[in-house]
Amino acid sequence: MEVHDLKVYYMTAAGAARAVDGVSLVITRGEIVGIVGESGCGKSTLAAGILRLVRPPCYVKGGRVLFDGVDLMSLGHEEIRKMRLKRFSWIPQGSMNSLNPIKRIRDQIRDGILAHEESSHTDVSKRIRELIEMVGLPPETAMMYPHELSGGMRQRAVIAIALCLQPQFVVADEPTTALDVVVQRAVLQFITGIKDDFGSSVMLITHDMAVTAETCDRLAVMYAGKLVEVGRVEDVFKEPLHPYTKALIEATPSLLGKRKLRMLSGFPPSLVNPMPGCRFRERCPEYNCQKCGDEEPSLHEVGSNRMVACHLWWGK
Amino acid sequence: MPSLVGEVGRMDAPLLELRNLTKVFTTGGLVHRRILKAVDNVSFIIPGDKPMVITLAGESGSGKSTIGRLIIGEHTPTSGNILYQGRDVRYMSRSDRRSYVREVQMVYQDPYSTYNPLYVVDRILRMPLRNFKLAKSKEDEDRMIKGAIEAVNLSADRVLGKYPHELSGGERQRLIVARALMLRPRIIIADEPVSMIDASLRAGILNDIERLKNEFGVSFLYITHDLSTAYTISQRMIVLYRGSIVEEGDIEKVVNAPKHPYLQKLIESIPLPNPEMKWKEKLSMRTEEITYKTEESGCKYYGRCPLAIDRCLKETPRLAEIELEHRVACHLYA
Repeated sequence: MEVHDLKVYYMTAAGAARAVDGVSLVITRGEIVGIVGESGCGKSTLAAGILRLVRPPCYVKGGRVLFDGVDLMSLGHEEIRKMRLKRFSWIPQGSMNSLNPIKRIRDQIRDGILAHEESSHTDVSKRIRELIEMVGLPPETAMMYPHELSGGMRQRAVIAIALCLQPQFVVADEPTTALDVVVQRAVLQFITGIKDDFGSSVMLITHDMAVTAETCDRLAVMYAGKLVEVGRVEDVFKEPLHPYTKALIEATPSLLGKRKLRMLSGFPPSLVNPMPGCRFRERCPEYNCQKCGDEEPSLHEVGSNRMVACHLWWGK
Repeated sequence: MPSLVGEVGRMDAPLLELRNLTKVFTTGGLVHRRILKAVDNVSFIIPGDKPMVITLAGESGSGKSTIGRLIIGEHTPTSGNILYQGRDVRYMSRSDRRSYVREVQMVYQDPYSTYNPLYVVDRILRMPLRNFKLAKSKEDEDRMIKGAIEAVNLSADRVLGKYPHELSGGERQRLIVARALMLRPRIIIADEPVSMIDASLRAGILNDIERLKNEFGVSFLYITHDLSTAYTISQRMIVLYRGSIVEEGDIEKVVNAPKHPYLQKLIESIPLPNPEMKWKEKLSMRTEEITYKTEESGCKYYGRCPLAIDRCLKETPRLAEIELEHRVACHLYA
């Protein structure tokens, strides 16, 4: 999956809100990439843009998304529909509320399979049993309605639907918020396990730095619609290069030791009229450079598999 | 039956004491009647000698919020007593009851639904002052409101006169803390105060809690499922599992050397912000949601416990001290 200079805007009364403003990212086969950032930084909009799920008032302003060499933006609705679930799929945010309340779990999974493949009734039933088994639900859940299941179980039913055709690319948007810690661990381990089971890639969207440390291979930090740092998880945690990444790590509480949590002052800038220069400048604890106000830093390669968008880094 | 201690308040009594508190909810009608023991024989104290942050931790459905609601009187206990400074809150005189309601405040999880969206936020600050007649004049009122806003690190000019939707989640939650603070409480019960707030603002509110404890001498009962934040700000921790306390004690002891198998599993499953320390064994999703038995006796964790012995099924484990400031309810240690 290659994303080139993707721009996704929202139409608002005040003008276009640039929720995703020129994001480029490459996700290779069998890789888990974490997208982190505050709420409202454009994480979910990025996912919608990549998967062609944008609906008005949101629209794609520009950029290309290549999936296995095919430009998704150039495909028609029917072609995209055929690829969904089969080639790539989506575990939406708050997915425990995204099931159809008046259909049995079994029928919801069956709809997903039959929309793409013609198979016999017995085949499909067998597949459904396997899927339910795979996500660790008891077999009886197939005949149940969503309201009969707990939050964690519903979440897994959605995962079973998302993975019913073994897609190569899965976007998981905050899959574990509102789940208990032990269930969260089981769900995260399962999602990251599909990398080994089907060789799929996963894009994990979250605001919890600790979750990414536990599960991801690479990390992309997003701020006000732009990527500010990309790198291997180990490298980013060991030495965060962007002041925002550093702040996110320092604001994460941990059982590893008691320390004072640092907090960023101020708010993310308006996405309608972003200020000139670096968008993080006003909240930046290390702001000291004239250049930050004049020129917007772009994402530059620094060392192997590492990119950062910050003038300070170049000053060092 | 009135409690004997309830008749006279004792000076050396703890600030707040829960004694064998039980709350049973009954749902359904005559046919599908179901009984849910949300809080099952829970006892603990909040000491009065020095302010502290005590965490009440547990997964959803463990009864932690119900305990908070029982304390402020939103629910009435099925059995057991709540004692405030040695007096049973159920048999308090009118004026004692009134000061109890003022001195024990609650901050809820959702910083939006606490507000009436049609009024500017000033109202939520002004109402309690008028209700408890704390201000002598209008000027006095304004001064107190301003003071409270500044105590939670907000600027009065920025927030006063605004509608709730004009403020960020962090600001809304801080204003609720300011409101509680204005009433000069002894205890603030904070029910998941940061779980709906962005990670970068979360740190600010947690730091506030610690500062208010030190500056204003307010004790906090911090109700949460997030042990990482609990560890950062609290001194003691009480861990609940399905309505009962399974482990309790000094935060360092409970977090660094958990004894109950449930807590051990819980702590091991918390993601750490260090990529070099990843989860080792793979957890099967199946085992974590075994529906448990509803018998009266036996350990509630029996169905999920890897170390369960026969005794666990027959006998309910009691909370026992295994070292100073560390108590566990598990037969493995008794």
